Amino acid sequence: MDDLSTIKSAALDAVIAATDLGALEAVRVAVLGKKGSVTGLMKTLGAMAPEQRREFGAKVNELKGEVEAALEARKGTLSTSALATRLASEKVDISLPIRPEGQGVERGSLHPIGQVMDEVGAIFGEMGFTWADGPDIEDDWHNFTALNIPPNHPARQMQDTFYLPPRADGTPMVLRTHTSPVQARTMLSKDVQMRLADGGSLRIIVPGRTYRIDSDATHAPMFHQVEGLVIDRTTHMGHLKGCLVDFCRAFFEIDDLPLRFRPSYFPFTEPSAEVDIGCSWKDGELKIGAGDSWLEILGSGMVHPNVIRNCGLDPAIYQGFAFGMGIDRIAMLKYGIPDLRSFFDSDLRWLRHYGFSALESPSLTGGLGR
Amino acid sequence: MKFTLSWLKEHLDTEATLAEVRDHLTMLGLEVEGITNPAEALKGFVVGYVIEAIQHPNADRLRVCKVDTGTGTIQVVCGAPNARTGMKGIFAPSGSYIPGTGITLKASKIRGEESNGMLCSSRELRLGDDHSGIIDLPESATTGSPAAEALGLDDAVIEIKATPNRGDCLGVHGIARDLAAAGLGTLKPPKVDKIKGGYASPIKWTHGYEATPDSPCPLVVGRHFRGIKNGPSPDWLQRRLKAVGLRPISTLVDITNLVTFDLNRPLHVFDAGKLSGDLVMRQALDGEQILALDGKTYALDPSISVIADSKGVHGIGGIMGGEDTGVQEDTTEVFLEAAYFQPIGIAASGRKLGILSDARYRNERGIDPESCWWGAEAATRLILELCGGEASEIVSSGVMTAWQRSFELRADRVKTLTGIDVPAADTAAILGKLGFAVTGNGPWTAAVPSWRPDIVGEADLVEEVTRVFGFDKIPTTSLPQLSPTSKPVRDWLQRRVPQARRALGARGLNEAVTWSFMPLKQAERFGGGGADLRLLNSIASELDTMRPSILPNLIDAATRNESRGLSDPALFEVGPQYKDATPTGQRTVAAGLRHNMAVPRNWAGPARTVDAFDAKADAMAVLAGIGAPVENMSAQPGAPDWYHPGRSGAIKLGDRVMAHFGELHPEIAAAADLKGPVAAFEVFLDAPPPPKAKASKARPKLVLSAFQPVERDFAFLVDTSVEAEKIVRAARNADKALIVSARAFDLYAGKGVPEGRKSIAIAVTLQPVERTLTDAEIEAASAKIVAAVAKATGAVLRG
Repeated sequence: MDDLSTIKSAALDAVIAATDLGALEAVRVAVLGKKGSVTGLMKTLGAMAPEQRREFGAKVNELKGEVEAALEARKGTLSTSALATRLASEKVDISLPIRPEGQGVERGSLHPIGQVMDEVGAIFGEMGFTWADGPDIEDDWHNFTALNIPPNHPARQMQDTFYLPPRADGTPMVLRTHTSPVQARTMLSKDVQMRLADGGSLRIIVPGRTYRIDSDATHAPMFHQVEGLVIDRTTHMGHLKGCLVDFCRAFFEIDDLPLRFRPSYFPFTEPSAEVDIGCSWKDGELKIGAGDSWLEILGSGMVHPNVIRNCGLDPAIYQGFAFGMGIDRIAMLKYGIPDLRSFFDSDLRWLRHYGFSALESPSLTGGLGR
Repeated sequence: MKFTLSWLKEHLDTEATLAEVRDHLTMLGLEVEGITNPAEALKGFVVGYVIEAIQHPNADRLRVCKVDTGTGTIQVVCGAPNARTGMKGIFAPSGSYIPGTGITLKASKIRGEESNGMLCSSRELRLGDDHSGIIDLPESATTGSPAAEALGLDDAVIEIKATPNRGDCLGVHGIARDLAAAGLGTLKPPKVDKIKGGYASPIKWTHGYEATPDSPCPLVVGRHFRGIKNGPSPDWLQRRLKAVGLRPISTLVDITNLVTFDLNRPLHVFDAGKLSGDLVMRQALDGEQILALDGKTYALDPSISVIADSKGVHGIGGIMGGEDTGVQEDTTEVFLEAAYFQPIGIAASGRKLGILSDARYRNERGIDPESCWWGAEAATRLILELCGGEASEIVSSGVMTAWQRSFELRADRVKTLTGIDVPAADTAAILGKLGFAVTGNGPWTAAVPSWRPDIVGEADLVEEVTRVFGFDKIPTTSLPQLSPTSKPVRDWLQRRVPQARRALGARGLNEAVTWSFMPLKQAERFGGGGADLRLLNSIASELDTMRPSILPNLIDAATRNESRGLSDPALFEVGPQYKDATPTGQRTVAAGLRHNMAVPRNWAGPARTVDAFDAKADAMAVLAGIGAPVENMSAQPGAPDWYHPGRSGAIKLGDRVMAHFGELHPEIAAAADLKGPVAAFEVFLDAPPPPKAKASKARPKLVLSAFQPVERDFAFLVDTSVEAEKIVRAARNADKALIVSARAFDLYAGKGVPEGRKSIAIAVTLQPVERTLTDAEIEAASAKIVAAVAKATGAVLRG
């Protein structure tokens, strides 16, 4: 039986000696293949006597099993090390920069004005306001007359308002000086009048571009406002206060932000109030929140009876409030942007620094500000 | 409007502190803009007595002074020519900050003599321009007392911003009335007692028209004075005027200024000796002109009220007097004018003439018409007190304007409009203190006082009661919740703005916001510049035309960035552009551009510049982002002429243009100094149809095939002019039941392809529905595709 043990040790040695999967396969063929050494032993069984065949057959099968197990074990070992070698050879320098396709969220940015408009829309949307808009190029009736600004009012002068050539019928045309003409356009709409007649309520915000002849470090000829308007039969100044307190606290994300309502004057509201938020100054830096100082932030009031009348509603039945604030201004305050003019300069450094990620969509549930 | 605390206290009997006054003013709607106390800057400065002033041993122009500062004797070297023994001046000790020079004093030796402080000139204290010598105080000044006190500067100056409706608070008395109503003291009556005249005025008033309550000047009052002595006004008056920023001129002029600021009653005095005959209040004649008190000559016209005598015009009514008849130091006879003008007329005249004066400022906001009478009396008392002489009887012309009116205030109106419960007694008391004559117990009838032209209805009465009762008492009431509505905050079109912005931001572009206007030339190049869109009063020629496209502004922005060394800008803006001046002429557009490198030099692959397909990708991303049916859209040639004619197109849905895109016309890029290509796009956010109004939000049922799709490639040879999309479309439509998609994936021209032809390879996906396709079925479909493409484009299958 030397033959058996010789073949066995030769086969097992060859398995151990195989250093890669190819060599191992060659060993398998040399031992277990058609012409393999163990297969050769199997072939001799046919010529043996039954007694001898049983005994020798069992031994050959045992040998075959041992060789197969050795092959399998060696294959496992060699596969693992082959994978490790491959992985090692595939290593890359992952500190290299990503491919600069120029099209990726990492380089893009959204302007603070649009972002703040979205924030404002999210907060007032929660309070039942819908978004309204109107044209930038307005006739003087919607921009002034409807809003109780008489023909001789200083605001109508050429040094304050951009004028365009009058319409063929002589109607003076202006670039709207505030978003308030949309108040008139909305109140005058049939849908709204019917809704109000049915006892409904009108709540709109009007974010948009506005224009005034004013150009220095703190003024730009174009800026952005958001108008708010509530009309029904019972809304009073307490609601105005509540609405603006709720808004300012949500917008600035300061739960105890104090607000101060001061009497003021606007032609389109009566009574009128200017609204200040609490703040403090330290080393020339403004901090919004309870403090020893106040910062004016918006104008507001109860819609003037003349405006309600001009918009086709009976001021004996309907009342409500309106307010207007500068989007650019509240953006500057919230995000610490120092200079209004820089909003419109399109400097990439500024846009990237003060801009927002495209994936930051403001909502009350998901968060308003960065 | 500026005034001092002591001035206020002449009208208001109060123990209130400055802080209380400040807070009450602001909460009454008279916003305090600033409070300055000149005493603050002079803290530490005292009255110094010069014990002796002797010649400096080493300098001709200097004197060595021994100064008694009240707490000791200090040596000071002084260069002022008027420094002398026995005088009293303002002494600043070492360590003081000198406001006029910005220097903090240090003890030093000047040419060998010790100097510990300084005797100050007016300019050094910022009290005036005088620097010819040090301040020479009267002997009565107390040595060692605070300088501010000795100079009469120990009085806080309060500046308020009176809103345009509160003309009555452009006089200290009116401010005091508001404070008194708010409970801060008791209002003292103004000194306006009637003073009997001693003789008939030699000058009478007439009108150039028949005066009615609505005339440009319904009423004018006058009075003649004789035997008076003009000259510098007394110290207290000069100090008061200086404190509020007025320059003392002469007693008579100073009196008119005082009455203007004290009682909101603008006045004018003529040198009676220079007038010829009676005065007439009339409208100017065409061609008339006047040399006014500001030294300028103004051309007048019939819209402007003037005061004239038989020789000519001597004053612009309610705005400014004439130089020729102004009072002089030696004037002894004057004629006083107090008139009421319609505010609208004053505003128009003032604007037309470009004159800003204290008189115009008040008259155009509306003064108390009754002040023609009592204002003349107030001025009379001051003239007789300060200038001596004798006053004539009062003369006048015209009629009182109709200022009397009353409004009802419903009992619950304050509550229903403001939410505050103001006790009925308080309501009546507040209105009463403000000068309204109130009757009733709620409802009330309130007769408006003559000085409140701004009160024109019940809402104004509510505001008066509320602001005096206190805006801080308005309750904070959150808006009642509306029932949840199916209506979104933004409608479908409004929603497309943030969707477009976020789609582009996510593609690596930076959002800009640029002006809605641009230079006419640029507007014209981009299809605009219509006369109806040109500003009549632009602030600069760069900003004179409403933009027909956003692109020129973005091109400018790209140039600006490149010039700052910020390369390869990729910018976009979502905003308006204007076709005409009607509301429908304004469209919301998402426009953007990418300049130069789309892929810069990098380790992973070749660099590449931008091209039309970058712009197409951006445009398609916007359209997909706003939910437009991009699968039904096709890109076709036909972009406007600011694009490269061969490298641009329009994205269309049927015949409707959704977007333009392409390489910018090289001429435009060159004109903007942009080297390298610019890929630009403009997507019209209102162009894709609105989502269908459906009763249900449910999507159609998703049907998934159980069988594997089959992809087959075809290469066609076609004329170079044939668009790939035509081939793809023909293939796609060859068997609509089986073919689910087709796309071009290869383009080749050159060796092996005949001149004038190109090879386009497309991949077509077949999706079996009922069972796996047999080879024969696939062959049949392929044949249909080849035939359809051949028919549509003349293409032949490439061998």
